[in-house]
Amino acid sequence: MGKNRLNFGGTKLDRSKPVNFTFDGKTYSGFAGDTLASALLANGVVLMGRSFKYHRPRGCLTAGSEEPNAIVEMRSGPRREPNTRATVAELYDGLDAQSQNRWPSLAVDLQSVNQLLSPWLTAGFYYKTFMWPAKFWEPVYEKFIRRSAGLGHAAVEADPDTYEHAHAHCDVLVVGAGPAGLSAALAAAATGARVLIVEEQAHVGGDLSSTLDQIDGKPADQWAAEAWVKLKALDNVTTMTRTTVFGYYDGNVLAALERVNDHLAEPPNGQPRQRMWNIRAKEVALTCGSHERALTFDNNDRPGVMLAGAVREFVEGYGAAPGKRVVIVTNNDEAYRTAMVLKEAGVEVPLIADARTTPNAAAEAARAAGIPVEMGVLPKKAVGRLQVKAIELQRVDGAFHKKVECDCVAMSSGYSPDVHLVSQTGVAPIWREDILGFVPDTPKRQERSAGAGKGIFDLAGCLHDGHMAGIDAARNAGFEPAKSLKASRADPTSAVPPLAIWRCPGQGKAFVDFQNDVTARDIHLAAQEGYVSVEHAKRYTTLGMATDQGKTSNVTGIGLLATARGEPISDVGTTRFRPPYSPVAIGAFAGHERGREFQPVRQTAMHSCGEKLGAVFVEAGLWLRPQYYPKPGEGVMEAIYRESKQVRETAGICDVSTLGKIEIFGPDSGEFLNRLYINGWKMLAPGKARYGLMLREDGYVFDDGTTSRLDDDHYFMTTTTANAARVLAHMEHAAQVLWPELDVHFCSATEQWCGVAVAGPNARKVLADAFDEALDISDEALPFMGVRTFSWCGTTARIFRISFSGELAFEVNVPWSFGEAMWNAIWEAGQKHGLIAYGTEALSVLRIEKGHVAGNELDGRTTAADMGLGRMMSTKKPFIGQVMAGREGMIAEDRATLVGLKITESEGRLRGGAHLVVDKDDASAETSLGWVTSVCDSPAVGCWIGLAYLQGGLSQHEGKTLYAVNPIYDEAPAVEVCSAHFFDPEGERLNG
Amino acid sequence: MHRIDCPWCGIRDEAEFQYQGDATKVRPAPDASQDAFFDYVYKRDNPKGWHTEWWHHVGGCRQWVKVVRNTLTHEIHATGAPAEKLSLPRKKKRGSK
Repeated sequence: MGKNRLNFGGTKLDRSKPVNFTFDGKTYSGFAGDTLASALLANGVVLMGRSFKYHRPRGCLTAGSEEPNAIVEMRSGPRREPNTRATVAELYDGLDAQSQNRWPSLAVDLQSVNQLLSPWLTAGFYYKTFMWPAKFWEPVYEKFIRRSAGLGHAAVEADPDTYEHAHAHCDVLVVGAGPAGLSAALAAAATGARVLIVEEQAHVGGDLSSTLDQIDGKPADQWAAEAWVKLKALDNVTTMTRTTVFGYYDGNVLAALERVNDHLAEPPNGQPRQRMWNIRAKEVALTCGSHERALTFDNNDRPGVMLAGAVREFVEGYGAAPGKRVVIVTNNDEAYRTAMVLKEAGVEVPLIADARTTPNAAAEAARAAGIPVEMGVLPKKAVGRLQVKAIELQRVDGAFHKKVECDCVAMSSGYSPDVHLVSQTGVAPIWREDILGFVPDTPKRQERSAGAGKGIFDLAGCLHDGHMAGIDAARNAGFEPAKSLKASRADPTSAVPPLAIWRCPGQGKAFVDFQNDVTARDIHLAAQEGYVSVEHAKRYTTLGMATDQGKTSNVTGIGLLATARGEPISDVGTTRFRPPYSPVAIGAFAGHERGREFQPVRQTAMHSCGEKLGAVFVEAGLWLRPQYYPKPGEGVMEAIYRESKQVRETAGICDVSTLGKIEIFGPDSGEFLNRLYINGWKMLAPGKARYGLMLREDGYVFDDGTTSRLDDDHYFMTTTTANAARVLAHMEHAAQVLWPELDVHFCSATEQWCGVAVAGPNARKVLADAFDEALDISDEALPFMGVRTFSWCGTTARIFRISFSGELAFEVNVPWSFGEAMWNAIWEAGQKHGLIAYGTEALSVLRIEKGHVAGNELDGRTTAADMGLGRMMSTKKPFIGQVMAGREGMIAEDRATLVGLKITESEGRLRGGAHLVVDKDDASAETSLGWVTSVCDSPAVGCWIGLAYLQGGLSQHEGKTLYAVNPIYDEAPAVEVCSAHFFDPEGERLNG
Repeated sequence: MHRIDCPWCGIRDEAEFQYQGDATKVRPAPDASQDAFFDYVYKRDNPKGWHTEWWHHVGGCRQWVKVVRNTLTHEIHATGAPAEKLSLPRKKKRGSK
């Protein structure tokens, strides 16, 4: 057992379960129920970290989630987790924590030399120090700042744990299970409303003291435990602990992080580490409590100087004494509770120094218990370096009073209601001078605050206020309470108001924001330099901008700013709080959406056929498509070359299932297509297909594809793979919003039909053998651009005589589940006809050789005329994009239009993205005439060829030599400008 | 997080919808001027307050839904089918159109 472990208190401990842990390599022992901070204190370890800027030694300031100082690195390897608050990290056997931001060790940190530089490290030092010379920024300043400002180290391996997302719905959400929260939940639950009560800690009861408070005649901790048991037993109540509500969003949605297994070394098999909750609440009761503030005196950050409430919590909750001799310095009544508990626990309290001079009942009670109290006395300076050794006190007038030996100082400058969540809803907190705190203004959402969260600090008041909030929330959610419903009761107490003391006089470093090392002097300096707005002062000094969001420091900072401005705090106001309330791991936001669960894979029905043939797959959106089929020992370029050559010599089969497919029905289908496409559709006969081009409303090319008329009122559209979803949405807009009068209906069939293209001189023979008697595909029965449906294997198949490659070619579609069977049938039949499989690369080579445009050319900046398809634009009918396509700039003579390029050098290659210039030694954005969109090593042409957009196009440049400049590869091959129809310009091969 | 009352499906989470912008713009007649189309394609008000918008129920019935939403408070006043005329709340917020 640790040397500072008490026999007293420890309501959160299970003393029958000792737990071993290590901190900075040294092994200690604690109990189940301890936090890392309480266990360290119980072992007499007070020094837990180094501060951010000055590397000053620090211990824990608080006992909870508002902790700014005791920030450690926990776990190791892929589970390493920097910046964990020791005050919330629950102890487990084998816990391994390291202190941060120190070198070489916590006790001897060489960077604490920064303290000597502190005159230059004041507010705004970044802006002042690293201004010039500019060239120093990256090589010098940034490296320096990063090294010295870094906190912990993130894990470099992937997190092995899982994180979940979950949704919850309730009538009444109660945030916080302190006295007000429990009271609210009990009241709301009694009305029959669905209640969800969420508590951040593992234990409920909040600030209740097991030794001082009584509720309904019972010890307060017993009342809280019984209330929780009662709530858990109710069918209409859900209780959650270890869960932090960290965000309040639109629509009364609140986000919460449940630390499901953070209190264990590793999550049990199958369980998540953390769970992110999306809570939709009809009504919310915010019973979040309050945060104690530190007194601002010289060296108030020394290890052993803590908030008074934290000292009480460590003693009562964890049976851990933060010191053996504790001096209490306060401006309010609450800190006396700490003194009484310490006395009860047998810890020496040599003095309570109360800044106030008015007599009060709390002081009388303390004196009666034998604790010396001195009024009108303030702390002046803490003495000691790695732990406080004594406290120097002063009179209110600044005169030295005395020095008291101690190893712990419990300080309190009053309490700030926790208004983070309500502030996130856009409610600006308002200042109350009587309690020295900001409280929520009128709600903007379906919420109400209660208890300490709205400035009610006495127990009886919290119980009553929570009860009323619970009833109000339930009533607004539509539930009426029974008249007999009564709140739990505690004895009323009266408190003397706290005295505003924002700076105890002194010349040294007095910290306001401990986590960002902001001192009272920094705030004063900011105001002096003109940063008098609270928002400016915050950013200039970084007050409240650390991960603790200034829970313990903001109000003090505002108090100091108000003093500097000579105005009341109500005129200074406060800054807004933002989610998350406390740090949330990125993993929790990601949830299951990691890797393939973030980006799933779409496979076609013929995926396994490609795998069997050794295909290398490429991602096309979410789809995986066979890119090429290398033979053993064959390189990428060789494979592509062989495949594209072979298709033109015998035949090839290619999986084209990923094309977008849309079935269109209805008597107005033809008219609908007429308005979507730039070309005409009314004359297309059933059994025929046509190439179509669509524009966006702004006149640029949107998508292209082949659409077939299967029957009088039935069309079948195909889109590019990439635009399938966009085209569907575009059509839905047109049909529902633009022309609801058209009788047309359509739906996506992309995943209902799978397809292959079979191309090459032997294509007809291959398919005739594959489908046997099922199909007549003679030129008479199925001419070019003809479409037929046929029956195969008891299902309906569709065959289209269309060609992307320029060869005699067919596309066959069958229902998705028949895909593999179809591929196998064609593959087997094709073997004696020299059939090979070709991938997307060869597909691209074949279409480049024919000058067909694809995604590279449809880049959203091109017009139909740019692509050489200007004549397709009908003048006989209106269509989407027609008017805007006629704009001056879009029909300008000097637009870059589609041309072909042939490399004229025997060495080298072409690359997409290269720019075309006349003089390769004068290549710049100004001299560029255009750019290369698609390239390939063409077997049919016998050299590298490419498609390009070129100003002046073919008419001005045909036969000329230009240079395709690529500065990334430092290449500039000479190219000859030619027609994009490199191969078989007359289209004779379409007939086989 | 909005919840949108789809006229066809009922109340659904915002995640099922795709925001499609200003629903007050009406496509000009096909023979209208370039200026009219320029206005339709490019010009948008950016009202602070009530606004009528398109929300496409892509993860549901695939219908375009008209939504009267407050861009300041994110409150949703009404939803309807494309052909419906939805009026803005009578008490206008300052600066709204």
